[in-house]
Amino acid sequence: MSSITTRDAPPGFSASEYMTCLTGIVWREGLRFLHQRERFVSALVRPLVWLFIFAAGFRQVLGISIIPPYETYILYEVFIAPGLMAMIQLFNGMQSSLSMVYDREMGNMRTLLVSPLPRGFLLFCKLLAGTAVSLLQVYAFLLIAWFWDITPPPIGYLTVLPALILSGLMLGSLGMLISSGIKQLESFAGVMNFVIFPMFFASSALYPLWRVQEGSPYLYYVCQANPFTHAVELIRFALYGQINWISLAVVAGCTIVFMIGAIYAYDPSRGLARRGPAGGEG
Amino acid sequence: MTSPAPIAEPQEMPSPDPATVPALSIDGVSHSYGPRRALIDVSFNVQPASFTALLGLNGAGKSTLFSLITRLFGIQTGHVGIFGNDIGQNPGEALRLLGVVFQPRTLDLDLSLKQNLLYHAALHGISRRDARARAAELLDRIGLADRAGSKVRDLSGGQMRRLEIARALLHRPRLLLLDEPTVGLDVKARADIISHVRQLVTEQGIGVLWATHLFDEIMAGDDLVVLHQGKVLAQGPMSRVIAEAGAQDVNTAFMRLTGAQTMPGGGA
Repeated sequence: MSSITTRDAPPGFSASEYMTCLTGIVWREGLRFLHQRERFVSALVRPLVWLFIFAAGFRQVLGISIIPPYETYILYEVFIAPGLMAMIQLFNGMQSSLSMVYDREMGNMRTLLVSPLPRGFLLFCKLLAGTAVSLLQVYAFLLIAWFWDITPPPIGYLTVLPALILSGLMLGSLGMLISSGIKQLESFAGVMNFVIFPMFFASSALYPLWRVQEGSPYLYYVCQANPFTHAVELIRFALYGQINWISLAVVAGCTIVFMIGAIYAYDPSRGLARRGPAGGEG
Repeated sequence: MTSPAPIAEPQEMPSPDPATVPALSIDGVSHSYGPRRALIDVSFNVQPASFTALLGLNGAGKSTLFSLITRLFGIQTGHVGIFGNDIGQNPGEALRLLGVVFQPRTLDLDLSLKQNLLYHAALHGISRRDARARAAELLDRIGLADRAGSKVRDLSGGQMRRLEIARALLHRPRLLLLDEPTVGLDVKARADIISHVRQLVTEQGIGVLWATHLFDEIMAGDDLVVLHQGKVLAQGPMSRVIAEAGAQDVNTAFMRLTGAQTMPGGGA
């Protein structure tokens, strides 16, 4: 028992330790995702149902005029594709937050939080891992959609990547923030009703906002204020090699706010501490 | 030790000498969940290379204490130090020296044994190559080397616990916490785990804090901390605690100590 109290290395953590931790968390999240095939399938089926059925039905009802970033008349399917990509990320973000609630109930979260690395960093890794998983889902969707004549310019597949990373982080950190406030798994149905559905429908995912404005000016303002709208628009423009600066600013701003909120909520001296003992506390 | 002092006050030194600094020091820790007080002014130490049993019934505050030591909850009052590193001020260094086995199972059931260990190693910043070597070594030690690739789901309860202990040792901690690790295990698995942990104490000099409500897991040479309704009722070497309670064995000592306090201290 020579040097018990001190290690040879200086205090703190080296860059390679941070990197090892990050890759480890992403790797584990990826493994878990691959083990849950149903999750992958349902993550794909959901947007495809919208694309194949809903869009086909609504094609005749909703005429789409030429609005940026589109330069020609487009089919309704083409219009809703970016909204469906964002929907995949929305569900994924909420699902990872669900798994965090589950992990916390099952005690699995503890393994993560007992790591000596700074907690904010751990949560950030967890967010990145969730985003990486959502990217897999989105690109699988884009591949199938390509056969359905949704063919953005080839460069669009590349330019949309940063947009997807950012929107994935925003929706993931929103999910994490919500998960910190959920005590039990059962409450998650409420998240579906009060977060996912309103966010999705009150956005530009399914219809252009000028159409909403014609119908209801109030709803138009709600849609404008909805961060999900801006995630959709950011993706829509990026898919065609363009940048929607307002959406970029909103999504980036929301990401920072949600992330700080989530890290704050998981801080031991505040968030979790107030909540009292978890499930099987002795 | 035959010191007559009721509570052995450990050496408190500002600049610690590795030989005397406790593996774990709990100093005046209190914790409340709203109006309910889960821990009231708890103080005790765990020495390196010692086996300290934290004895208490369900609801005594053991798990709350574990959550504080592992930084899952913030500390409201008092201090927790791991080899002199304050968990509030210097959590990184403190947690590096700490291995923990929680009461609920915390393994990824769908991942293999090896993957579970590698994930934990990554959380501690241990490089892949090191992690593989250590994982192989530890799996060998707990007799599960041939199961490295199978899913954790297929293990028995006792094997899962052994794996969790192996995982807790992966980053070579000097202090090991175990929260009722033998709950739900059969006699053989219990005995295996207890002897394994005791070996860690004698062979590797690890300080162990073992929370339990099972008296037969405690041995004569152990240190004992009796926790009841959030308060430490007695602490010290087992023989002394028994003698001071005027009892013949741990069981009677525990009943005498807690029986006197069952009704009053309860409160809200």
